[in-house]
This record gives sequence, C-alpha cells and structure tokens, in this order.
Amino acid sequence: MSSHLVIAPVLLPFLTGVVLLALRDLPMPARRWIALTATLGQIVLATLLLFVVSSGDILVYALGDWAAPWGIVLVADRLAAWMVLTTALLALFALLYASGGVDRNGRHFHVLFQMQLFGLCGAFLTGDLFNLFVFFEILLIASYGLLLHGGGAQRARSGMHYVVLNLLGSTLFLFAAGLFYGVLGTLNFADLAVRIASTPPENLGLVRAAGLMLLGVFALKAALLPLHLWLPAAYASAAAPVAALFAIMTKVGAYAILRTQTLLFGPEAGLLADLFQPWLLPAALATLAFGMLGALAATQLSRQAAYLVVASVGTLLTAFGLGSNEGIAAGLYYLPHSTFAAAALFLLGDAIARRRGENTDHLRPAEDIPRAGLWGGLFFISAVLLAGLPPLSGFIGKFLILRAALAHPALPWIWGIVLLTALFALIALARSGSLLFFRSQPNPASDIGTVAPTSLELVPIIGLIALALGLTVWAGLASDFTRAAATQLLQPEAYIAAVLGGAR
Amino acid sequence: MEALLALLIGVLTACGIYLVLRARSFSVVLGLTFLSYAVNLFLFAMGRLVIARPPVIGAADAYADPLPQALVLTAIVIGFAMTAFVIMLALKSRAELGNDHVDGGGVP
Repeated sequence: MSSHLVIAPVLLPFLTGVVLLALRDLPMPARRWIALTATLGQIVLATLLLFVVSSGDILVYALGDWAAPWGIVLVADRLAAWMVLTTALLALFALLYASGGVDRNGRHFHVLFQMQLFGLCGAFLTGDLFNLFVFFEILLIASYGLLLHGGGAQRARSGMHYVVLNLLGSTLFLFAAGLFYGVLGTLNFADLAVRIASTPPENLGLVRAAGLMLLGVFALKAALLPLHLWLPAAYASAAAPVAALFAIMTKVGAYAILRTQTLLFGPEAGLLADLFQPWLLPAALATLAFGMLGALAATQLSRQAAYLVVASVGTLLTAFGLGSNEGIAAGLYYLPHSTFAAAALFLLGDAIARRRGENTDHLRPAEDIPRAGLWGGLFFISAVLLAGLPPLSGFIGKFLILRAALAHPALPWIWGIVLLTALFALIALARSGSLLFFRSQPNPASDIGTVAPTSLELVPIIGLIALALGLTVWAGLASDFTRAAATQLLQPEAYIAAVLGGAR
Repeated sequence: MEALLALLIGVLTACGIYLVLRARSFSVVLGLTFLSYAVNLFLFAMGRLVIARPPVIGAADAYADPLPQALVLTAIVIGFAMTAFVIMLALKSRAELGNDHVDGGGVP
C-alpha cells in the first residue's frame, strides 16, 4: 500500500475529475461535496506523504514496475511532498470560496479545478523531463479553462495573451527536451544528471543551450522579468478563487527552476555546474523591484494582488538564486507563506468588491462598506503578511532570506532591494487600506442585510490567514523541515541512487 | 538529408516566429501551427535520421530509435488540442471584443 502512496496524489484528482465529468448532471451541491471530499482526501494523502519522506527517504514509483531510466518514474522527496501539501491546502480554501457561487458562472468548474490539481501534483512528483512537459500541458489547459471561467471581454483579451505565450513556452520546452534527448540520449532527471556531468567537450554548447532554453521556459511560467508581462492582466481578470489557485502556478516554475538547478546543473555537473547562477539572481531582483513598483501603481486591488504575486516570485527566486543551503531553505519557507497570503488577498479583494457596488475593487474613496471593521481587520492582517512586517511569517521568511544572503558577494544589492521593496509594499498596501476603509463616506445603510458576510467567504479567507499564522507559530518546525529539504536537494547523489539504483 | 531537414525546420521556425509577432489573431494561430510543425520535425530528427530500419529492437540488425517517435506522437496530440483551443479562443475573443487584434484594441 505505502509503495503506491507516491502516485495517489496524482491519481485522486484525476479520477475525481473524470467522475465529476461523468456525473455532470448531478445537482451543484452534490458536485461540490464530491470535489470538497476529494480535496480533503488530497490533503490527507499529501500529509501522509510528507510524514513518510520527512525521514529523508526518497520514494521512487516506477509505473508498470519498469525501472528507470527506461521506464517512467515518479519521485517523492522532501521538496516534492512540501509542494504537494501546499497545493492541496490552497486548493481546499479556493474550492470552498468557489462553492459560494462562483462555480455556477460557467460549466465544468469542478472538473477543470480537479484537472488543474492533477497537473500540479504530477508536475511536482514526476522524475522525467518529458512527463514534466506533459503535466505542464495538463495544468495549463485546465488553467486556460479556469481563467476564462465566467466569460467576459476582459477575460477573453488577457486569456488570449496567456494562452499564446504559454503555447510558445511549450514549444520552447519541446525544443529543449528534444535537444537533451538528441545529445544525451535520455530524459530521466537522474540519468540526465549523470550524463550532463560527463558531457564530452564538443557537446557542451548544445547542452548549455538546452539548459538555458529550459530556464527560459520555467522563467515564463514563474513570471520572471522580462517574461512576466502576461501575469498581472491574467490574474486580475480571473475569478477570485481561480486567481487564488493560480498563486501556486508561478511557484511551479520556481519549483522547476530549483529542481533543474540543483539536480541537473548542481556543483557536480562538471563544466556545466551553476549554469543558471549568473542569470537567476539579477533577474529575480529585477522582478522583485518591478513587481513592487507595479503594486504601488495599481488602481485595483486585484491588480495589486497580482503584482504582489510577481514580487513574491522575485523574492523566492532571489532566495533560490543564492544557491546556498540557507538560501534554498529560506525560499522554501517563504514559498507556502507567500502563496497563502496572496491567495487570501485575492479572495478578500473579491469579497470587498462585492460590497462596493459599481466601485468594485477600484482603489478610490466610496461609501462605507457594511461590517468595515471585519473586512478591514482581515485586510490589515493579510497586508502585514504580504509586506513582511513582524511578527508574522512574511517577516520570518524575509529575515531568513536576508540572513542567508550575508555571505553572498551581491549582499548590498540583495539587502537594498529586498528592504526597499518591503517599504514599497507597506506604502502600497497602506494606501489601498486607507482608500478602501478610511476615506469613505457614510453609507445610507439600506442594503446591509443583503451583503452580510457568509461563512463561505469568511472560512476560506480566515483559513488561509490561519495557515500563514500556523507557519509563524510553528516556524521552528517548518524551517527545520525546509533546511532538511535544502540539504537533500544539494546532495543529488541520493536522488540519483534512489532512481537508478533499482529501488522499486 | 540532414541539411535539407535542418533547413526546413529553420524556415518553419522563422516563419512561425514572424507570424506569431503579427497583430491579428489569425496570423498568430498560423504561426503557432508552424512552430509546432517545426518542433515535431525537430523531435523526430533527434532520434537520428535513418532509412529502412524498423523501430523495433531485434527485428533487424539495426533499428531506428523508437522513443522520439513516441514523443512526437504525444507532442502532436497535445499540439493539435492546443491549436483547436486557441482557434476557439480567438473566435470568442473576436466575438467579445468586436475585432481580431490580439490586444483587442482598434487597429487602423
């Protein structure tokens, strides 16, 4: 049983999606219950997987018992399990919020949502470059459907950009995968790592080109500057629960960069060691600065949240770009925090927009919204989380990143940009908060009854904030785990031995 | 044969990139199609070009690499589905926005 645990988080959302598609004529509440139960099951499976791999074991699942490097393998190490658990927790709250009525705005919301989870979990668990491509395509085509969910001109316009750019990215991915296969004769990550380390000199240029093409593809998915331009419009125009789920999508790109950087082009890769290093840190810092400037300039709360997602990717890849154990550990601590906090802000922005009539979430003074204290309080907590102020997890994450940068030669740049952009985030969020909640006129108080907070709005928002608070309270446990995960990533021999050593 | 195929892939890619950079969604879709043709041929060629060899080990004394053929099949199916999707999206966007500019704005 336990040997099938690795594939379970991939199969469960897939089967649920198929069942939901077959039962599409069921009444909406029944479909919601199926989807919610499956997502709860996904959390249970992800937690189990995390417990099993936290001992340091690397679980390898050979599909059809056909051993690597010829067969297709799924690999679960600490990093993969951490990402799967983050995804499952985020999905539960996004799904709860969507059950408040968003899922009625178009067809097949729950099917697409489960397929998106299928693609995400598969991308985290696969041990094979071509299957990474396939899972990317699955999560992308589900995300196209989710992005357009509900229709409208704005979604059609930003959806067109998103789809075309990602199709170009997929083409580039195939070129890179083909080049790897043509030069090295394998697509299995562990086998690639072995062969890259012993690339003959005449093929170095080709492998370097293929590696940098991969970096380009992953940077597009992660919205790294200058490939970030699709993100703000797409995320801001998507329905709120979809945008909340998309908070993990950029992290898939960051995950793929981290995986290839440590496994394929790590210090053991001989002449190709640290291939990404000269590009990653400058691009990440520029992304961080640009994202925060965008957040300062935004005129809508959803667009501000989208720019904060760009900035969080910048912070995350700054940490990964340090390349050290502490840097990667700090980044892995920051990753779930920034995902939950950004998702909470997307949901909160939608809940606030529903209460402001035609002003929606435009950042301009309007009438008081009913129960402004409650919404303002929630906004305040998520703003503290996102700006990285003490005492919450954003501060701990940034503190860990700044401390990890101490030994890095680019220290002044890293500290300068991270601290300055934290100030920008503070100003941007303080401005939004005061425009939304303080500079408002009294409301004629006629329609308060129709817009009372519902539990399907409050539970997901408070739940996501509680997860971030949990990361604060149990910061010691979480950062111990991420440090162990980083250590495991920086010793790719264990991964290679687990995959190629004939383990089942 | 290698030179001819390399030239073909290069021309297809160049045409694809040129068309993708155009402003009308129709040319963009055509460009994406060209690019997917180019990448399919490229993947296929990565198994090396051989003639009159079965893609089965043991059936003859030499064989063609079967893996790129499987990869190309997967890539063709995915590319086909994505092209169908992007055509539908372009039509929808044409209907919603009233024109076929990729930015949805007015074009002179």
